[in-house]
Amino acid sequence: MNSLTQGVSNPYGKILFTDATLTLDDGASFKGVAVGKNVEARGEAIFITAMSGYQEVLTDPSYHGQIVVFTTAHVGNYGTNPAVNQALRPQVAGVIFHELWLPEALHWHSDASLPDWLESGKVVALTGVDTRRLTLHLRDYGARNGYIGPASLGLDKALARAKAIPSMNGLDLAIRVTTKTPYKKYAPTLEGDPEHFRVAVLDFGMKQAIVDRLLAEGLDLTVWPGNTPAEKIAEEKPHGLFLANGPGDPAACDYAVRTTKAFLGRIPVFGICLGHQIMGLATGAKTYKLPFGHHGLNHPVLLSDSGRVLITSQNHGFAVDPDTLPQGVRANMWNLNDDTVEGLIWDDAPAFCCQFHPEASPGPHDSHRLFAKFSHMIKELYAQA
Amino acid sequence: MPKRKDLETVMILGSGPIVIGQACEFDYSATQGCKALKEEGLRLVLLNSNPATVMTDPELSDRTYVEPMTGAIAEEILRLERPQAILPTLGGQTALNLAIELHEKGVLAELGVEMIGSSPDVIEIAESRERFRHTMASLGLDIPNSALAHSVEEAVDTARMTGFPAIIRPSFTLGGTGGGIAKNQEELELLAWKGLNASPIHQILVEESLIGWKEMELEMIRDLADNAIIVCGIENVDPMGVHTGDSITVAPIQTLTDVEYQAMRDEALTVARAVGLNGGCNIQFAVHPSTGRRVVIEMNPRVSRSSALASKATGFPIARVAAKLSIGYFLSELKNGITSKSACFEPALDYCVVKAPRFNFEKFIGASSVLGLEMRAVGETMALGGNFREALQKALRGLENGLMSLEYESPQSTNYIPESTGVKDPRILEDLKRNLAKPMPERLNVLYEALRQGLTRAEAMELTTLDSWFIIQLEMILETERFMEGEFARLIGAAVSPSKSSWLKVKAQGFSDSQIAKITLRSTGVKVSPVEVGILREKAGVRPHFRQVDTCAGEFFAQTPYYYSSYDSPEEPQKLPEENNKPLEIKEPKKQKVMILGGGPNRIGQGIEFDYCCVKAAQAFSDMGFSTIMVNSNPETVSTDYDQVGRLYFEPVTLEDVLAICQVEDPDGVIVQLGGQTPLNLARSLAASGVPIWGTPPEAIFRAEDRHDWNELVKKLVLNQPPARMAQDEKSALAVAGEIGYPVIVRPSFVLGGRAMRIIDNTDDLKAYVEGFNKSGLGLGPDNPILVDKFLEDAVEIDVDAVADGRQVVIAAIMEHIERAGVHSGDSSCCIPPFTLSSQIQEEITRQTELLGLELGVLGLMNIQFAVKDGLVYVLEANPRASRTAPFVAKATGRNLIQAACEVMAGKTLKEVGFQPESPPDYFAVKEAVIPWSRFFGAEVFLGPEMHSTGEVMGLDRTFGHAFLKAQLAAGTDVPLGGEILLTVADKDKQELMPLAQELYKMGFIFKATPGTVKTLAQNGMEAGTLYNINDSRKPNVLEFLKSGKVRMFVNTAFDPQSVRDSSLLRAEAINRGVPIMTTLAGLAAMVEGLKSIKKANWNVLPLQGYHD
Repeated sequence: MNSLTQGVSNPYGKILFTDATLTLDDGASFKGVAVGKNVEARGEAIFITAMSGYQEVLTDPSYHGQIVVFTTAHVGNYGTNPAVNQALRPQVAGVIFHELWLPEALHWHSDASLPDWLESGKVVALTGVDTRRLTLHLRDYGARNGYIGPASLGLDKALARAKAIPSMNGLDLAIRVTTKTPYKKYAPTLEGDPEHFRVAVLDFGMKQAIVDRLLAEGLDLTVWPGNTPAEKIAEEKPHGLFLANGPGDPAACDYAVRTTKAFLGRIPVFGICLGHQIMGLATGAKTYKLPFGHHGLNHPVLLSDSGRVLITSQNHGFAVDPDTLPQGVRANMWNLNDDTVEGLIWDDAPAFCCQFHPEASPGPHDSHRLFAKFSHMIKELYAQA
Repeated sequence: MPKRKDLETVMILGSGPIVIGQACEFDYSATQGCKALKEEGLRLVLLNSNPATVMTDPELSDRTYVEPMTGAIAEEILRLERPQAILPTLGGQTALNLAIELHEKGVLAELGVEMIGSSPDVIEIAESRERFRHTMASLGLDIPNSALAHSVEEAVDTARMTGFPAIIRPSFTLGGTGGGIAKNQEELELLAWKGLNASPIHQILVEESLIGWKEMELEMIRDLADNAIIVCGIENVDPMGVHTGDSITVAPIQTLTDVEYQAMRDEALTVARAVGLNGGCNIQFAVHPSTGRRVVIEMNPRVSRSSALASKATGFPIARVAAKLSIGYFLSELKNGITSKSACFEPALDYCVVKAPRFNFEKFIGASSVLGLEMRAVGETMALGGNFREALQKALRGLENGLMSLEYESPQSTNYIPESTGVKDPRILEDLKRNLAKPMPERLNVLYEALRQGLTRAEAMELTTLDSWFIIQLEMILETERFMEGEFARLIGAAVSPSKSSWLKVKAQGFSDSQIAKITLRSTGVKVSPVEVGILREKAGVRPHFRQVDTCAGEFFAQTPYYYSSYDSPEEPQKLPEENNKPLEIKEPKKQKVMILGGGPNRIGQGIEFDYCCVKAAQAFSDMGFSTIMVNSNPETVSTDYDQVGRLYFEPVTLEDVLAICQVEDPDGVIVQLGGQTPLNLARSLAASGVPIWGTPPEAIFRAEDRHDWNELVKKLVLNQPPARMAQDEKSALAVAGEIGYPVIVRPSFVLGGRAMRIIDNTDDLKAYVEGFNKSGLGLGPDNPILVDKFLEDAVEIDVDAVADGRQVVIAAIMEHIERAGVHSGDSSCCIPPFTLSSQIQEEITRQTELLGLELGVLGLMNIQFAVKDGLVYVLEANPRASRTAPFVAKATGRNLIQAACEVMAGKTLKEVGFQPESPPDYFAVKEAVIPWSRFFGAEVFLGPEMHSTGEVMGLDRTFGHAFLKAQLAAGTDVPLGGEILLTVADKDKQELMPLAQELYKMGFIFKATPGTVKTLAQNGMEAGTLYNINDSRKPNVLEFLKSGKVRMFVNTAFDPQSVRDSSLLRAEAINRGVPIMTTLAGLAAMVEGLKSIKKANWNVLPLQGYHD
């Protein structure tokens, strides 16, 4: 029985409640109540410790195909608003709450309650789950595939379904969420503005906030499908290349690694998250899967050159192995929690990248300046030329 | 940057006596600070006048000065100790003000002492409204419209711009003293006048009202490398308009979007950067509920009440980290002790934390209990829960305010008909609505009842301005209560356990077994005890989970054993509390476990003193090799610092909650005698449930508390006590009083802190007392009698603290009260050693203490109160528990009586422990009480048997006079060395006044007095200017003279209620102006002694280590 429906004789109109469970592929199972018509979901279960920004998380394509577990006690308190969507529609396969706010959300900025929004986005939502126990399990045994289904199904069947889900290792999810066709975005032109620089963007499931941040730097964008070959992109003579965030195993994106190699050292390159991992792979370094990844808004990142620490928004399950980096590429940003690589910088090329999300959304804005760094890099380079 | 090499000695400033707005959260902060700097090898010098604190334990610093926190004394200490730096940011406003004073006088510059933690400039920006506003505006941050005013006229002008309601905030005051909300010009004029007087620089801010806006606080830390983190965001459930210290608050923030939150976070960082913050800081914002407009309200560049709360809410030790930053470290160099990860991160919470304030309005008769900008709460309790409702109900039940969580008791209890009877009276709802319009201490209870009576959500939002999210939470609790009123209660009433899922429904909303019992009674008429409810619950296998507070929502292994309970989970509870750390490879020998029960929220009569006892006990048991467990719900305290104990359970100290912990911990011994009355009240029930109570057995505790048993005991030991009887109604009260003779002292049975205690000298007043008692809803009767005791006029009162082991009773100290009997022992000043008692009397007191200790079978601490009149010793009461004076005794004498008591409780004898009689000290220690009169405008200013003080200070010196004077200075009294004294004394006191007046006269004081006193003074050869009584139309008038600001001291003795009422306006005026008031001749005598001493020789400034060694 779930805490939300406890003591409440369903005053929430037509919301449908179904007893349901999350079954992990190691046989651990967690009871809850599915909210809405949709009860069945499959994906890798990961937990996120963010205490706000649920709508941004649920629409972030980097979470594509995952079952996201919110550790915070209450989710949905302030409803939803399309203005904060990171993609046109929800991206997660399923979402698990300790307590989903079911009543109307009366926040001034809200135009639909989270349950309604989930329902219309066909997101499977489980609430009333002991998310603390689930989180400790994922932490201790690693992020793993899980199946959400009606409790009536029984453990054996649910477990078989969980086991049948393909492993995240070697899985190319970026190709599923990247744009199918190229498109352009222009930064607003102000009077007296110099001509905008053009940036080619390789999309692996780019968040809206990244588009907004790049445009705010006065950069015009051509957004390409993630598997566009370098030659095609080069035809447009971009001034810089940006590699977006995205879901899945970077090692599966060999096409993007090839494209990146073609540009590294020739024009400024900046990558975020999956983009960072692809840049790492392009140097010949290796990536590996983290036990349970980094998903939260509170990750400290040390800038080893200045000793400064930034609090960052993070969402990734893979990392670049620093021991495999070639000469000339340095890891200059580090996660203070587990000493994993958070950023790379090239000694002899105008290129850098970060594992965390400087665009935030959700999360702290400490690292916004990396976008400015990219645009300065472009401006300086072409000013010299 | 690593630790600075140039620092060897650092002086830490404490926060002085506990006052409203500055309580034991600063003991927690500075104690953490001391420990953090000590482990860096620094030599520490501490200054704090408050002996009840843990920080003034001589073990924590190298030099512990319990001296008045005045500029002169601080300067003397600086000259003696020559520290390189002074750290003022852990000791609240008092410490900041003192440091600024030293800075402005040039003392710091002269002695080469650097202010660390916060620079004078940072403090000034935060403190000066003008500079703060200017800084915010220059940063592009939105602020409320406002302007400063230096006169009432200027304030009226300003209000034209801000409109009404307008807010008045005096500059440089504690917890908003003297502030308020003016709805019209008349109110504005009064508040402006009050605020200007409260401000030491005679300046107020008149501000646009933000009443009803959301109130948010961010607790942040920044270092000089510009690393900055938000440790915790706190949302006030009570919106703007109620002081945050009086508000129910919740963490994490519940009703802001990420966009709103991050924008606010950016602004907080901008502010911290702009002022150059190094350390902890609190920033408050107001957010408009329907436009999202956000304004910055204030910033405190120091640790605060909220930062203590944030530390307990998240597990992140803000004060400790701030102390490390102050000596040079960067955040990135520090570790989070809980996870061993970096301390430079932002904690994530996977639970809800609710803080609820504790009030004591009932003690300030005549003062309005409407909440506003000025803080009134005397304590607080915090609770963690799986959801907001569970946390809220746990917090409320931890308050011990006589209400069961959200339960509502109508002031007109006779015509109140609960909804469950099926009768809805529209008048009841109207009543409730009227109450809701003004924020009162129990506003959520009123709201809950109003919702029950049919108040709509929209009406609730309009009346209370609470966010709908919180109102709906109350509706959900109410929904659960309605569910319980049906089948659930019927089953409980029939002694059948409801289904497990039903139990979980109810318990996950935070309902206690006691509430369930009450609801069962209300809906079925069947009386069940909470324990019986618990047994039924157990039958269904429903028990709480114990979860760890780990700063990271489970992301990392956590090593710190800090737990809370929750029922909000569908899974089976663990056998043991959740342990996140992997099992150790090396098997430690199993230790015996001792559980210490804390005192819950601070309140008048039960405060920091008991926390000191609990903390010292944890240390003592740990030193003896026990593993220690602490249970407490007070976020301000040192005892709820997870660093202090083996395991901390942050839980309400109620029977159900303690038993649940006992189930998982199975302690070998439970200590109930150190946390005040709260745990003591649980002793018998715990024992009945099979919990092993260590120390004095519960039966002995009961024997001392129960009137009948006590009288038998006194009779058996052939001791004297004032004649006393019980009365059940007016008739018997009058008969008893007639029999034993007036004056009598009357009080209800079983009380703490002298609640509702009165001295009465005539039948009319006695009748009025009984009537008032009945009106208050307490109602007299056989189950609830009042006690009528003979009052010993002009007796000397004595407190004795002792430790007993069943064979021997060793006195730690005999304290002589300075005020005569009749003033509550918590409010009177007292002295170690006694300063007037003969050695025969002291021997007799010792003999009686030993008799009582042995007869009661005390194991551990005991406190006995005696009165001495005409050479005869009367025993007033014996409390077989730690007393309020225990820390004072420890600091005054250097004797660790808590440790001795703990060793006794663990089975040793006092001989083995080496705690044996010692001769009293050859110096004097005077304890003085600090009373928050100025917070309760309109209350009767009167020292009597009802306790009013929130805190205490100690003065130590070679002579009684010096020690007394220091205590006065430390208590904030502006001790007069010359000038005009206003004398108006009761007729019976006039003769006794004369020798004291002679002394003052000789010292050159100028007298002003009312006609009667003038006459007596003249008869004794002393001149005095005549002032006419307050009601007399002739001039000069006594009240006007007080207002003139010339009075340096006001001697006003009044005893009977009528004269107290007559002089209350005068006393209130004197308090407003900070004029010292002497309300007893005994107090005046001590003051005269002090003035004589100081004219003869200067005081000695010496640390405790200097006295004790």
